[in-house]
Amino acid sequence: MEITQLLTRLGEHLGKKILSTGEFRGEHTITLGLADLAEALRFCKESLGFDYLVDISSVDNLGDDPRFEMVYELYSYTDRVHLRVKAAVPEDNPNVPTVSDLWPTANWHEREVYDMMGIEFAGHPDLRRILMWEGYPYYPLRKEFPLAGKPSDVPEVAFTEAAPLAGGPFVTVPTEEGTVAREPRSRE
Amino acid sequence: MATTHAPVAYDSKIEGNVIFTQVDAAINWMRKNSLWPMPMGLACCAIELMATGASRYDISRFGAEVMRFSPRQSDVMIVAGTVTYKMALAVKRIWDQMPEPKWCIAMGACASSGGMYRSYAVLQGIDNLIPVDVYVSGCPPRPEALLDGLMKLQKKIEAEHSTVAQKERLLEELT
Ligand code: SF4
Repeated sequence: MEITQLLTRLGEHLGKKILSTGEFRGEHTITLGLADLAEALRFCKESLGFDYLVDISSVDNLGDDPRFEMVYELYSYTDRVHLRVKAAVPEDNPNVPTVSDLWPTANWHEREVYDMMGIEFAGHPDLRRILMWEGYPYYPLRKEFPLAGKPSDVPEVAFTEAAPLAGGPFVTVPTEEGTVAREPRSRE
Repeated sequence: MATTHAPVAYDSKIEGNVIFTQVDAAINWMRKNSLWPMPMGLACCAIELMATGASRYDISRFGAEVMRFSPRQSDVMIVAGTVTYKMALAVKRIWDQMPEPKWCIAMGACASSGGMYRSYAVLQGIDNLIPVDVYVSGCPPRPEALLDGLMKLQKKIEAEHSTVAQKERLLEELT
């Protein structure tokens, strides 16, 4: 089936629950409310044949309300089509239903989102940090967390210190002025 | 010991099988030519460490081919790679398990200073936790650079007071 047919079927099933759809360079995105996310993803897996969960990620739109956003990249090996599903997550209760019962690979993806962004997954069988250690007090990919890090200490396990940035962070900026203006440098 | 005269004297006409030397010179000579490395391969630099150990660069020309994966049998820890905070205390623990005398080579930018990772997750140089004898620059250093570092370490060992330096604290406590 073509992606357009799949999207029509998805639209018939979810109706008004789909808040918006979009297409960019052949990639289709739908946005849903958080409450309808689990149902929609289950429908994608079980009825539309999206058998492969490519990735789960999260976005921190600091300053927006709701602040966070979950992003699911789905792929169907039968139809060879890609679909992106997004849902906004509020800051005061960042709790998202797990999809690790649908795609086992979601287990580690969700642990990473939890570790880096502090979003929790209801029903996850093993929600532990995956990169940082238990007891690390911060969520490093949140926008207010400084690139250099913050001091912390879990005795006998690990400690951290703020890294010297020496005028950094050294970041690129998009510009038409050429590579010299674009290259990574301190933007203080 | 850094001396101006030759540390070993041998005259075949009068001495036969006898060699005159100093304890320091003899012990250091044995130590520096049999450095068993503890390969602390933590990231991409470890690939160059492996290349240094393989046939093309052949670290055994310098007596350091016996890579020991037990800290209790090794003399020099080669920290090759990015030391994340998650790994840092494990590296320290392995270092603490190595018997004296022991030395440390920080191989590459990451082990020496954190390298390009000015970040919340990376220790800014292994010298924050353990004493480093030789820093090897590069990202990654070529095998030649690591071998050069090893030779520098051998030079350093040559100049040590073989026993006194190792037992400094014990001697201090005794006097
Ligand atoms: S110095 Fe470069 S090559 Fe070596 S571990 Fe760091 S990033 Fe990798």
